[in-house]
Amino acid sequence: MKTSSIIILVIIAAAIGGLLMYSVDFSTYDTIGSAKQKQGQYVHLIAKLDKSKPIQYDALKDPNYLTFYAVDSLGNSTQVIYRNTKPPELEQSERVVLKGKMEGNVFECKDILLKCPSKYKDDKKQLEKTVTQY
Amino acid sequence: MTFENEHLLPGQVGHFFVLLAFVASIISVIAYFTASKIRSENEKQSWIRFARAAFFIETFSLLAVFATIFYICSNHYYEYLYVYKHASRELEPKYLLACIWEGQEGSFLLWALWHCGLGSVLIFTAKKREAAVMTIINVAQFFLILMLLGLYFFNVRIGSSPFILTRNELVGPIFSQPDYLSYIKDGIGLNPLLRNYWMVIHPPILFLGFASTAVPIAFAYSSLITKDWGGWVKAALPWALFSGCVLGTGIMMGGKWAYESLSFGGYWAWDPVENAALVPWLILVAGLHCMVIFNSTKNALRASYLFIILTYLFILYSTFLTRTGILGDTSVHSFTEAGTAMNVLIGIYVIAISLPVFYLFFRHYKSIPSIQKEEDMSSREFWMFIGALILFLSALFVISITSLPVYNKVFGTNLADPQDREFSYNKVLVLVAVIVGLLTGISQFLKYRNTNKKYLIKKLAFPLVISLAGSVLLAIFYPIDYVKKGPGFLVAIHLALFASIFSVITNAFYLKSVLKWNLKAGGAAIAHLGFALMITGMLISAGNRKVISDNSKTGLFIPFDKDPTGRATEDPMENLTLLKEVPTRMGKYTVTYMNDSASNEKDRTFYNLRFQKIDSVTGKVEEDFVLSPDAYRMKDNNLTSNPGTKHYLTHDIFTYISTISIPKEEADTSTFKLHELNIGDSVFYSKGFYVLNNILKNPDNEKFHFSPNDTALVADITVYGQNGMSYKASPALLIHNQEIKLLTDTVISQNLYFNFSGIASNKKFKISSKETDNLSDFITLKAYYFPYINLVWLGLVIMSCGFVVSLVNRVKAPRKWAYLTIGLVLAFLFYMFILANA
Repeated sequence: MKTSSIIILVIIAAAIGGLLMYSVDFSTYDTIGSAKQKQGQYVHLIAKLDKSKPIQYDALKDPNYLTFYAVDSLGNSTQVIYRNTKPPELEQSERVVLKGKMEGNVFECKDILLKCPSKYKDDKKQLEKTVTQY
Repeated sequence: MTFENEHLLPGQVGHFFVLLAFVASIISVIAYFTASKIRSENEKQSWIRFARAAFFIETFSLLAVFATIFYICSNHYYEYLYVYKHASRELEPKYLLACIWEGQEGSFLLWALWHCGLGSVLIFTAKKREAAVMTIINVAQFFLILMLLGLYFFNVRIGSSPFILTRNELVGPIFSQPDYLSYIKDGIGLNPLLRNYWMVIHPPILFLGFASTAVPIAFAYSSLITKDWGGWVKAALPWALFSGCVLGTGIMMGGKWAYESLSFGGYWAWDPVENAALVPWLILVAGLHCMVIFNSTKNALRASYLFIILTYLFILYSTFLTRTGILGDTSVHSFTEAGTAMNVLIGIYVIAISLPVFYLFFRHYKSIPSIQKEEDMSSREFWMFIGALILFLSALFVISITSLPVYNKVFGTNLADPQDREFSYNKVLVLVAVIVGLLTGISQFLKYRNTNKKYLIKKLAFPLVISLAGSVLLAIFYPIDYVKKGPGFLVAIHLALFASIFSVITNAFYLKSVLKWNLKAGGAAIAHLGFALMITGMLISAGNRKVISDNSKTGLFIPFDKDPTGRATEDPMENLTLLKEVPTRMGKYTVTYMNDSASNEKDRTFYNLRFQKIDSVTGKVEEDFVLSPDAYRMKDNNLTSNPGTKHYLTHDIFTYISTISIPKEEADTSTFKLHELNIGDSVFYSKGFYVLNNILKNPDNEKFHFSPNDTALVADITVYGQNGMSYKASPALLIHNQEIKLLTDTVISQNLYFNFSGIASNKKFKISSKETDNLSDFITLKAYYFPYINLVWLGLVIMSCGFVVSLVNRVKAPRKWAYLTIGLVLAFLFYMFILANA
């Protein structure tokens, strides 16, 4: 590998490096409080479903509209709107990762990742609960 | 206390064989290592014989462990935690193997078993390199078996045994009773997401790919300790080809699986788990090209070392990412947290082999020969090397984004995925596709050392014109419709499309004009053709994928008006609700949710959807098919759905269920109203009227099959709705064993229930009907149109066959065997990828 190849190499590496810098606008994990400060900015909320407030979803009226309330570990709460179907395990979830933007007092959610106890076989507490149920 | 009905013997036998395999792997490592250091030929041979014996004992033991796990799983011995977690009685026998490798322990065992298989081949083929090569294989074995050990050292459990007992692991009141097993009715079973035949075939192939990457690095190691620079390349090349073929196929099997059975709407989502397997493959392919360059020109030896070592490092790094639970927040399908001790163990394994080999490589870096003379710009090796570098850099790009959770752990940051994860990969890799497409096309006609420019232009002119014309025609008549990322990206897609079409045509042209269809020498051209075809398929299928269940186009539902943000949504409304028996328009199709059918598996239901495409002018039915996507509904309302797909040669219609109706528990408040009717009488209801056409005695038709002992009267009713539709209903009155039964019938779309309640004294028939507002039968689904997806699978099959052709050519296999191997691989892959689901 000599001069010419090295030159091409460097150009390519620089180009890809530049693209990388330019292209990846990482998002952040936020609390509801800090997300409210970042209006309109795409963030990841780590929160829990607020079980004291109703979940509104009616597939007959509009299958692409779900709204519920989420609370985070600091006790802040927000309404969440998710324009998609209701994830079936939402009520059972222990923790949710909500991806989207804060718009005023409402969180416009684009994607929901659920942490559900039923899916995790390696959780001993959960296994102890289920072992007698079957 | 003694416990009843436990079967402890298989566990003890299994655990004994784990220990035996572990000890044998240590002995084998030591013996092989000693043999590799000894010069005296006689002594060396005796150490090798000893090491081989240990290796075969290890192999036998691991087979015994596997057989034992299979035995306890197939007998449902829930006293073993592994069986309880992964097996269940209702699981079909074909999934028994799958539940063995669903867990960490089973998948490590599978990996170790493949090392045994590869090692057995190496013993007979590696010749003078056997001792060094097998040292590496056995070190890998040592670590994998360590993960299965489950022994305590200083109160820390090392590894996790598949034979631990449920009662020792879990705490619960039942375990204090001798008959606790009678309380454990059934195991948890295989996760419904994994109940698919791909779960039976994909992990073994992928783990064979993983295991096989240990072989090239083992050969590199053998050359570094004997200072026989370069000699290893020829011996390792067939193994690298094997690895590239198997790993590549394994990855795309994962893609095919995701497409066939998971509901994230495609075959690739840039999920960290997928990336973690793709990255080593890219580096391996880069290394493979450097090795080929070295074979022909003696260039690129140092790069070959580097890439082969990095391949193995990244295989283990990907294991680390997927198995330590670090991806928990970013991936939909990684393993979960396995405990700190296990994580540390996996962490050590990641660097245990690659780091020492790296050390040897850098120590001898200066002595590894490299050619000082600059390559000619018109030489094949120069451009091949550039191609390898591009692959390597794209691998680094992919892994650097995928490793985000690792940065967060190390630096305490809280960075998360970018807003559009797929696009942040796509926009870089679409440019890689352009370069790789052009390189794989042009470099076929380049010659090693230098190429006559006139020859090159003459040869390339024809394919270039054809592919230019082809892609321009494509852009005019079948343009890529992916506008949401702006015109720049659209142009990039078209460029990439041109480059990959160019590569397909150039490689085909090369096979014809240079090789004269001598396919035996054309492995590389075949593999490149396949790869380019796969990329073409990916560009078209992803670029022109359409959501056809789009509400905003069908106009069926008006969104809630109580949107508190008070603004129009730009989100597509991609899910469509179908009421039972109500035809609904979706794209070009009219879709009717007809009925459900239960499966023989617990909690699984198929939803039968009839798709009809009717010509609006002639009214002729052009397409008519039934799709049956299905879903598992668990008792906690957990829904896992599997898509239903209609495969055409040029496109797929892909649907999956996103919501189902849950039958309401509360009582229906509406009541039946009784009508006394003569035949021909009609009754009005809120949305139309119905007519009693006839009363049939013991009819035998598609709905009713009465036995001769029964007496049945069936009312034939036609319902005429205001919407102009008419429906049939046939409630029945059945006398069976001197008991009267009323068989209710429903017209769901009109919310009508009918009963045939008897015969009135005045020879009239008592028909009762009710209208209910408790509408409960509906499903919500999402449907996609995937064009030319078959190009992806066909491309992959061709690419894999190209690898195999190269492989059998390199090992100089006898003609008969070569044809047989290629034929079998072709048939297997063609069946798996293209026929099996059609």
